[in-house]
Amino acid sequence: MNSGDTAWVLVSAALVLLMTPGLAFFYGGMVRSRGVLNMLMMSIGSIGVVGVLWALIGYSTAFGSDVGGLGLLGNPAEFFGLGQLLGKDQLSGTVPTLAFVGFQAMFAIVTVALISGAIADRARFGPWLLFAGLWAVVVYFPVAHWVFAFDTKDDAGNVTAVGGWIANRLAAIDFAGGTAVHINAGAAALALALVLGKRKGWPKDPGKPHNLPFVVLGAGLLWFGWFGFNAGSALAANTTAAVTLVNTLVATSAAMLGWLLVERIRDGHATTLGAASGIVAGLVAITPACSSVSPLGAIAIGAITGAVCALAVSLKYKFGYDDSLDVVGVHLVGGVMGTLLIGLFASSAAPAGVDGLFYGGGLDQLWRQAVGAGAVLVYSFVLSLVLALLVKAVVGFRVSAEDEAVGIDETEHAETAYHFGDGRSVRRSPVPADEVERKLEGSRA
Amino acid sequence: MKLVTAIVQPSKLDDLKEELGRLGVLGMTVSQVQGYGRQKGHTEVYRGAEYAVDFIEKLRVEVLVDESNVDKVVDGIVSAARTGRVGDGKVWVTSVDTVVRVRTGETGVEAI
Repeated sequence: MNSGDTAWVLVSAALVLLMTPGLAFFYGGMVRSRGVLNMLMMSIGSIGVVGVLWALIGYSTAFGSDVGGLGLLGNPAEFFGLGQLLGKDQLSGTVPTLAFVGFQAMFAIVTVALISGAIADRARFGPWLLFAGLWAVVVYFPVAHWVFAFDTKDDAGNVTAVGGWIANRLAAIDFAGGTAVHINAGAAALALALVLGKRKGWPKDPGKPHNLPFVVLGAGLLWFGWFGFNAGSALAANTTAAVTLVNTLVATSAAMLGWLLVERIRDGHATTLGAASGIVAGLVAITPACSSVSPLGAIAIGAITGAVCALAVSLKYKFGYDDSLDVVGVHLVGGVMGTLLIGLFASSAAPAGVDGLFYGGGLDQLWRQAVGAGAVLVYSFVLSLVLALLVKAVVGFRVSAEDEAVGIDETEHAETAYHFGDGRSVRRSPVPADEVERKLEGSRA
Repeated sequence: MKLVTAIVQPSKLDDLKEELGRLGVLGMTVSQVQGYGRQKGHTEVYRGAEYAVDFIEKLRVEVLVDESNVDKVVDGIVSAARTGRVGDGKVWVTSVDTVVRVRTGETGVEAI
């Protein structure tokens, strides 16, 4: 065990957890004031559901011994409950396996939370939690196995334990989750938006963001946490972590500028929401690529993706699906861009050690990237569609039209986010008011 | 007696107050209002989606003046409130039958 590596992975895990509340603010600021708490709750709820499922079967399904040797699924029973991993000798590389378990748990959590941006203001909270749990088990855990579980090899190079097919057989590069996290969540978001349908009044009234400072706060927390997401994925305090950290900085900076440039040309103004959105698009794009490109390549990937995503968010108006907060436009499109651009900009000078098309590597890496992206996209979309239809049929997924008009915070959570003025309210509780009065009298006596 | 009512940009209130003070106007009533004129509010853009915001924040300033002072008060308001851009507002003058000071019962010009 290496204590420096362990410290970095533990700190990175905490950074990545912060991304989920950060995402909650990023999304929460973008909805109307009457739905902000529900938006926050869909992210916070994901922490609850996925946090528990990860300990039960999630880690085991993603990183347990491959069932059947095809690289499709880990054995869910192998590490059920994680009790097998408490010993001092339980190491994963140079860090305790549980450090890796915790780090990867945060990925599962934030991936599920990402989906919720597509269904703002209209999904019932209980069915969302049900979908979140089902989706984590049926879609995320297996896909994490495909992408993140590497073969174990002995000193002679022979495979002793089989890992996921995308990481090993296909050898597509996805350093920190462009396919497993962003394409995966984006495709699921598209499926959910289609199953749930449009918000009342959309697209005539797309719902103006009620608090852009929240959006920027959320984007800032995401960026901060994302250094753990990407640089932590090195699983060591080493050169790879440093390269990925710098690439995460510069790609994101360029993406913000790319998005703002498109806005300035198209709409006449560089907007705050555009800057925050560009930041997230850049983070998404560099996630798969951060270990395989030079900082100049990262700038190119960021700038291209920032501009493309700024254009892609209008696709929903063209095709008529209400992806409320642009999970498809930012995460699916951004994830596909980052994954494919590896095939062009990868440089063997970077830690991943592969040359893309522009560095003399031909089309070899590009097709590997495309197959990986396409497989995850199709798998996630189809399974998400089935799960969403199942939840809809069994328990119902959408709030009533009346509840949607009143506001989902009040009808689903019995709360409102903002209280201006003194609006009269009277306490209604199980304890009769006169009994409270008597107690107060007693304490004064 | 006349009531001069002006709808002005909120940012011009200090200039307006200063100008009216210079002209000897001793009091005014200011209220926050919303409205639009020919230009119909403004447009906001969020991720390329345009939102029309019809009602814009303005201030309504009301001043009671003696008839002999009306022209210079109106001119003063117009010059103080003007930015030259769309949305600078309007000023209008209406006749007032009676004015009574509540504290003393004085009426007419004395009560202004």
